[in-house]
Amino acid sequence: MARFVLRRLVAMALVLFAISVLVFLIFNVIPNSDPAQRMAGKNANPQLVANITQDWGFDEPLPVQYVETMRKIFTGDLISYNTQLNVDQRILEGIPATFSLCIGAALIWLFFGIVFGYLSALRAGGPTDRLLTVAAVIGVSIPVFWLAAIFLYLFTFKLHLFPATGYVPLTEDPIQWANHLALPWVTLAVLFIGFYSRVLRSNMLDSMDEDYVRTARAKGLGERQVAIRHVLRNSLIPIVTLFGLDFGALIGGGALLTESIFSLGGVGEYAVEAIETGDLPPIMAVTLYGAFFVVLFNTLVDIAYAYLDPRVRLGSAAQ
Amino acid sequence: MGVTPEPNVAGTSARGPWQLAYRRLRRNRIALAALFVFVGIVLFALAAPLWAEHVAHTGPNATHTTAKVVVGDEKREVVDPEGKPVGPLWFGAGGEFFLGADGRLGRDEMVRLMYGGRTSLLIGLSSALITTTLAVVLGLVAGYRRGWTDALIARGLDVVWAFPVLLLGIALGTALAVGGLKIGPVQISGGSILIPILIIGFVSVPYMARPIRGEVIALREKEFVEAAVAQGSGTLRVMFGELLPNLWSTIIVFFTLNIANNMLLEAGLSYLGAGVRPPDSSWGSMVSSGVESIYTAPLLTILPGGMILLTVLSLNVFGDGLRDALDPKSKIRLEARTGIAEPAGTAV
Repeated sequence: MARFVLRRLVAMALVLFAISVLVFLIFNVIPNSDPAQRMAGKNANPQLVANITQDWGFDEPLPVQYVETMRKIFTGDLISYNTQLNVDQRILEGIPATFSLCIGAALIWLFFGIVFGYLSALRAGGPTDRLLTVAAVIGVSIPVFWLAAIFLYLFTFKLHLFPATGYVPLTEDPIQWANHLALPWVTLAVLFIGFYSRVLRSNMLDSMDEDYVRTARAKGLGERQVAIRHVLRNSLIPIVTLFGLDFGALIGGGALLTESIFSLGGVGEYAVEAIETGDLPPIMAVTLYGAFFVVLFNTLVDIAYAYLDPRVRLGSAAQ
Repeated sequence: MGVTPEPNVAGTSARGPWQLAYRRLRRNRIALAALFVFVGIVLFALAAPLWAEHVAHTGPNATHTTAKVVVGDEKREVVDPEGKPVGPLWFGAGGEFFLGADGRLGRDEMVRLMYGGRTSLLIGLSSALITTTLAVVLGLVAGYRRGWTDALIARGLDVVWAFPVLLLGIALGTALAVGGLKIGPVQISGGSILIPILIIGFVSVPYMARPIRGEVIALREKEFVEAAVAQGSGTLRVMFGELLPNLWSTIIVFFTLNIANNMLLEAGLSYLGAGVRPPDSSWGSMVSSGVESIYTAPLLTILPGGMILLTVLSLNVFGDGLRDALDPKSKIRLEARTGIAEPAGTAV
């Protein structure tokens, strides 16, 4: 087990390294224009461009620039081209909002996803199942930013139920915190509720045919007990995997559409701001930050799997 | 699954798997209705120039800031002095401004909706073609060759997978919009629609390549592959002559669902300004500009977003029906689900 964990951690570091190189290349090689020129603006004189090139070290060889940028990210010295503010600082400031959004939404979607999936599977083919299936397919087909806009229009503009946008820290005012996050939570959860309930439904239907379910019935367990303790429990394993991956992506700033339309000021919104102003260092830092969480949760899921199911770690040891 | 489709001779009682699938699909009325809706949407978008020329008498980007439109006996301003655009006139002005104007610029919303649909569908379809082609080739090679080729491809997919898709899309979109893309002699300018197509096509690859690779790994142990190898078929022959035909049903399903997913991704990217560049517009970028005036003219947000929802919904429902028809006892169901409709691959 320890060897397995170690190997996964090494792989994780390698993937992150590859990603950092990739991000760096995206911004330095593919756009065939000069970063100094971009910073100086369209009509800057050549002297200014030359100065910026000198100051920021754009004339250094790429590997040197790469090491320098990575050093700055990890020592917290990375400065935004546009605002001249510290990038790591801004990411840290965005984390409470991003975490609040993701954890709240995750609780909602896990709860409803599991309840709906469970009900659907138990009543497969019936009217409840059909209704929930239709709702789920619509849920996964809605563009999130559009849903957010409609929610804002209905619930804040027409019905005045919720405050418009913005984020209030939990430590400042817990009620306002929840009040401001209610719409973003639901918006973000809708898609995942639809998706998780469908995955759970098909998993449960698959495992209902398994031998261990028949055994459970044969030994005299009630339908409810069979459904919850045997069918549901086994069908939840893939949900755990999915959840790990999705949650990792969102914590990493993946919910940037939701964050920015509700002006939560989180990490994802920071990325969007940086994009709108063409500010490259924050984009690079945020991408790396996001990738870190995706890879981290990927690794955690793998390790959890290996812990729960020895075949996984033996299987990969054999490779 | 696992059966190579055989040409079916008319009049025989034996039916090939494709015919069986077709019969099952024909019985699935919901899936057929979804297909019908999707075809309707495609026709709607294709009819854009006809409507623009013969009914609306204006182009998608033509502005009418000071123009007046005759409704019945009265003349109405397309954009009133406060900047509020005219609402839907239906056929009040002979079809001009059927859905009203789109804001301060006074562009015809109906015409824009139709042309925006062309962009959205074009990007969705062509990027799905790119994704599917790359994913099938990578999945086949990685799954069949195994060894270091597999390791290399799998790790490469891991790297792309580890990027939050929207961030990667935006990162590429921003970077490429600045200077365009230059591959050898081919030069693509930053504003070209090819940029979002390539980006979306590329970032979705891991979500499809992984499950295909998994299926190839399962298929390569089957007897028909062994038989082909024993007959002396080369690697390419086995991959494209033996394995590929067995993957078609999976590929078709993935392709359908991938169009839906890519359209959502395009909408998200365009919403953030990293997708389609003006003067081009897609449904996503239309929502983006509509949101600015959602409190005064909510239709400008509701309509393009509703079109995205309808298109994606019809594709998802049809894709589901297709999967049920092609593979009724689907064991790939979960893999298909976790592979392509995986929300980590969706714009949230």
